[in-house]
Amino acid sequence: MITKTPSKLEKVLAAGHLGVTSECGPPRGSDPEEIIKKANLIKNHVDAVNITDNQTSVTRMCSLAACIRLKMEGVDAVLQMVTRDRNRIALQSDILGAASFDIYNILCLSGDHQSFGDCKAGQNVHDLDSMQLIQTIKQMRDEGKFLGGDDIKRPPQMFIGAAANPFADPFEIRVPRLAKKIAAGVEFIQTQCIYNLDKFEKWMELVRDRGLHEQVYILAGVTPFKSAGMARYMKNRVPGMDVPDEVVKRIAGVPKEKQAEEGINICIESIQRLKEVEGVKGFHVMAIEWEEKVPEIVERAGLYPRPVVE
Amino acid sequence: MIVADKKPIEEIVQEIEDVKSLLIAGCNECVTVCEAGGKKEVGILASALRMYYLNKGKDVKVDEVTLERQCDHEYLEEIRDMVERYDAIVSIACGVGIQFVAEQYPKMRVYPGVDTCFMGATEKRGLWVERCQGCGQCVLAKTGTVCPITRCAKRIMNGPCGGSTKGMCEISQEIECAWQLIIDRLAALGRLDEYEKLFPIKDWSTDRAGGPRKVVREDLQQ
Amino acid sequence: MRLQYPTNINIIRVPCTGKVDIIHILRAFEKGADGVYAVGCLEGDCHFNTGNLRARKRVEQAAKILDTIGIGGQRVQMRNLSSGEGPLFVEYAKEMVELIRELGPNPLKKAKAEIKKRENAA
Repeated sequence: MITKTPSKLEKVLAAGHLGVTSECGPPRGSDPEEIIKKANLIKNHVDAVNITDNQTSVTRMCSLAACIRLKMEGVDAVLQMVTRDRNRIALQSDILGAASFDIYNILCLSGDHQSFGDCKAGQNVHDLDSMQLIQTIKQMRDEGKFLGGDDIKRPPQMFIGAAANPFADPFEIRVPRLAKKIAAGVEFIQTQCIYNLDKFEKWMELVRDRGLHEQVYILAGVTPFKSAGMARYMKNRVPGMDVPDEVVKRIAGVPKEKQAEEGINICIESIQRLKEVEGVKGFHVMAIEWEEKVPEIVERAGLYPRPVVE
Repeated sequence: MIVADKKPIEEIVQEIEDVKSLLIAGCNECVTVCEAGGKKEVGILASALRMYYLNKGKDVKVDEVTLERQCDHEYLEEIRDMVERYDAIVSIACGVGIQFVAEQYPKMRVYPGVDTCFMGATEKRGLWVERCQGCGQCVLAKTGTVCPITRCAKRIMNGPCGGSTKGMCEISQEIECAWQLIIDRLAALGRLDEYEKLFPIKDWSTDRAGGPRKVVREDLQQ
Repeated sequence: MRLQYPTNINIIRVPCTGKVDIIHILRAFEKGADGVYAVGCLEGDCHFNTGNLRARKRVEQAAKILDTIGIGGQRVQMRNLSSGEGPLFVEYAKEMVELIRELGPNPLKKAKAEIKKRENAA
C-alpha cells in the first residue's frame, strides 16, 4: 500500500503489520514531567501515542503542547482534536501548528459534551463536526488549501483518524456511519473499548460486507479493567459502553487483590481473539491511568517487538 | 412561538428597589400562551410587588397594562401618555418586546420580568420544548424534518455521536437523541439511503455568527 | 347540624376550588386578610376530575410568592374534605384560626398604618 504521510503508524499499517497505539491524558497542570514519564514507559511498545484533548470536558494541558513534548522525546504522537472547543479558524491554525512540529497523526472527534466536565456553564463551539474536520484536514493536506480556499504554504502531512463506536445506538447505522467517515476521508479508525466481542464481530462482519475494511485501517480499542468496581462503572455509567454481564462476573469472581491481574488477562484474551477477526489491522490499548501496564499487555499479546519501518 | 419563563421575584426587585412608581407591562402574544407574561401574570406580579413594597414600608404605585404586542411600534405607541407617569417599567414580554419598549421610550428605565428561553411549542400544558434556533438557512429538508442544530446537544450535522444510547442523548436520559429521531423518520419514509450523504460544512454566517440579523423585503417596504 | 365555626372567617363560595387562582389569593392578602385557605373535595373525588388538584398547586405557588415577599407562605393552606364532613370543616376552621393567631396579623396592616402615620406627620 502507498503511504500518504511520513507517519510511522501509517507505514507500519501499510506494510501489513498489526499496528499498536496507546494513549495518555495530559496533566491538569503545567508540569510536563508526568506526560514525558508516561510516554517513556510505553514508547518502545507502541507505534504512536494518542494525546487526549480535554477528555470528558475536563480542562487539562492542551493536546498540541503535550504532543510536542512527546515529539521531543522521540515518540510519535496522535493529536486528538475535538470540535467542541474550537471553531474552524482555531482548528486549522492548530493543525498547522502541529504540522510545524512534524506531528503526523491526528484523530478527529466531536468531544464529550461540556456538561460532563469542569466547565459545565461553558459554551460549546461545534462549528464543524468530526466528519467535517476529517474533510478539512484532507483538503488542507491533499489540495494544500484552507477551508476559505487560499493556498497553504507547506501543507500539513497528517495521517487522518477518527473514532468509531460499534456499540452506540442505533446499531443499524453504525456501519453506514463508518462509511460516511471513509467518504469524508478518514484513513484509520480507533474503536471504542471492546468488551462485547460477539457484537464487535457482528459489526465487523457488516463492515466486511461493504468492503469497508479494505478502505480504512481499523484498530480495535481495548482497555484493561483495574477492578470489578471499574467494570461496573464502565457498564453502568459510561455512555456508549457495552460491558456484558459475564465480563463483570468474571472479574468480580476473583479476590480483590487478583482483580487487576484478571483485568489484564481478559484484555490479552480479547486481543488474541480480535487478531483473528478479518479486517482488524491493529490495537488501540487504552490503559486509563495505568500506562505502566501497556508493555506487559503488548508483550503477552504477542505484539512485541514493534516492527521497524523506513 | 417564543417561550419565556418567569423570573424569580427576588431577582426583579433587586433592580427596582428605589422606584416610587412602576408599570408592569405584559404582552398578549407568545408569552401569554406560555403563561409567563400575559395579563394574568401581570396581575400576579403586580400584586406581589405591591405587597412587597408595602411590607417594606414603601409607598410605591404599581400599575398594570397588557399590550396586544410589544414587538410592534404601533401598539407600544398606545401607552405613550401612560408611560410618563412611572419611574420604571417591568416588561414581561420576550426579550424582543422588552428592548422594543426601551427603544420606543428612550428615557424610561425598563427591566425584564421574564427570562426569554427559546423558539418552541407547547408539548402539553406546562411543558414547552425547543424546535428551532433560527440559523437562517433551514436544513430540515435534508434531516428528515428534525433539526439537529436545535435538538442535538452538539449540533452535529453528521450524527449520531458515540454517546447515543437507546434513543437518548449522552447528556441526559430525558433528552431524545436528535439523530435517532432523524434516522427513525428517514426509515419511516423509506429514505434511509439519504443518511449516507455527507452534510457539507455549514455556513454559519446566517446564524448569530454573522452578527445581528435582518430580513429585508423590499417588495413590502413603502 | 348547626355546628359553630369561628366567626372571623369570611367564606367565599366558588363552584369548584379549581376556580381559585393565585391572583385571588394574593388579592385577599393585599386587602388585608391574615390567612387564606381553600377547602376542596377529597382528592380523587373532584366533580371536574382535577379541580382540587389544580387548587393545591396554586395554593403552593401562592405560598411561595408570599414567602418571597415576606408575608409568609404558611398563611395560605389547602384542605380537603367531603360534603358530609361538617365537623371536620369546623375542625379545619379552628385549626386555621389557631395557626394564624400564632403567626400574628398580616404584616401589611402594620406597614400601611405606619405609612399613614408618616404621611400625617409630614
